[in-house]
Amino acid sequence: MTSVGLLTASERARLVIHPAWVRVTHWINAVAMLVMIGSGWEIYNASPLFGFTFPRSITLGGWLAGALLWHFAAMWVLAVNGLIYIALGLLTGRFRRKFLPIRPGDVIADAKAALTFKLSHEDISVYNAVQRLLYVGVILAGVVIVLSGLAIWKPVQLQELTAVFGGYDAARYVHFLAMAAIVGFLVVHVLLAVIVPKSLKAMVTGR
Amino acid sequence: MRKRRIIPGVDQKLLIKDAAKLMPDPARRLFLRGGLSVGALTLLTGCDIIDSDAAEGTLRAISRFNDRVQAWMFNPNRLAPEYPESRITKPFPFNGYYPEDEAPEIDGKEYKLEVGGLIDNKEPWTLDRLYALPQVSQITRHICVEGWSAIGSWQGVRLSDFLKRIGADTRAKYVWFQCAEGYSNTIDMATALHSQTQLSLKFDNQILPRKYGFPMKCRIPTKLGFKNPKYITAIYVQNNDAGGYWENQGYNWFSGS
Repeated sequence: MTSVGLLTASERARLVIHPAWVRVTHWINAVAMLVMIGSGWEIYNASPLFGFTFPRSITLGGWLAGALLWHFAAMWVLAVNGLIYIALGLLTGRFRRKFLPIRPGDVIADAKAALTFKLSHEDISVYNAVQRLLYVGVILAGVVIVLSGLAIWKPVQLQELTAVFGGYDAARYVHFLAMAAIVGFLVVHVLLAVIVPKSLKAMVTGR
Repeated sequence: MRKRRIIPGVDQKLLIKDAAKLMPDPARRLFLRGGLSVGALTLLTGCDIIDSDAAEGTLRAISRFNDRVQAWMFNPNRLAPEYPESRITKPFPFNGYYPEDEAPEIDGKEYKLEVGGLIDNKEPWTLDRLYALPQVSQITRHICVEGWSAIGSWQGVRLSDFLKRIGADTRAKYVWFQCAEGYSNTIDMATALHSQTQLSLKFDNQILPRKYGFPMKCRIPTKLGFKNPKYITAIYVQNNDAGGYWENQGYNWFSGS
């Protein structure tokens, strides 16, 4: 393998899989998401939408007021960091380069290959079709969870937004389902990072 | 410190019983400690890196910042959505930190609403005089801090009209409510002057039943349910924030919706 020191600046830039802004926003988001999910589960428990509650051992905040304090503190981190990530993703062209195109045929073929353990992870700088779909999907889920959260938080001041989600009660379900989608993504995401450790290394060191 | 007054029409035994309930629950005071030792942050860091007192101080500081953000977001001309009668939740839920049979029982004939602070006329108000004031009506959604909501129908006196009538200095920052069971609430003046903020004397056109706060509740559709005090016995206009029952335990002070 070529020594990085002998390469020109542009060649070195090409070796970087994740630029610093992606790594920084990724890990800030990871912490903010865990706090939002843990405290959100405790808030859910105060008035469950379905016939179950989350065990207190995996929730954050101890009781409703504590959970709300965490939730309404971490929301700023999640929202500001998320806006920076999306703005840079659009402005630098990274979203277009990395996530597009997403062709249904490719998704099906790559999903089949992944499930039979035939999917190549040789070049982790290029996302396969399943990855592209999931990353775009989780970003959209993130947008939906922030907007539905605002709709629940301010159903009078932001009543037009609340109406978009079908009213206050419906917005709570949307908020919950977006959480479920994000947690589902997280399970697969963490599992695959463990199976392909160099992807985890790249998100830390950039290479 | 405000001295506890003997309140006409209120069962004194009940007051003492509820005063005992105001003592902070030790399990609740340590909410962060309990939450942190087993919570998601522990999984993330593998150890208890955050001193819980420092964390609680930071979280409360952010909550005060959120009060300011919400005061800024609050539009005095923005009305909470109103609903047709067919949408009223039946039965409308009873809600409190005590069971329904322990709700205050107030004798309407003896009841006198105490008014004080930065106002001109401190004469107490009987129920008959309150019923004789011009009344307004609303059918709005009550949203609980727990997440559930219910649509109710309230009739009563617009708080801004009442404040004008008692010669309140509306440049004061806060309106403070004292309730029969020891509950209390402080709200910002902007919300107090909002046209839907109502001293409710009736629910669904019937004299406010005991379970919904007889003889008077302050209905504020621009705030969460716990900022809507019931069994009101005193209203003060003042410049100091006297806090409130739940706010003092960690709920966000402004709690606007």
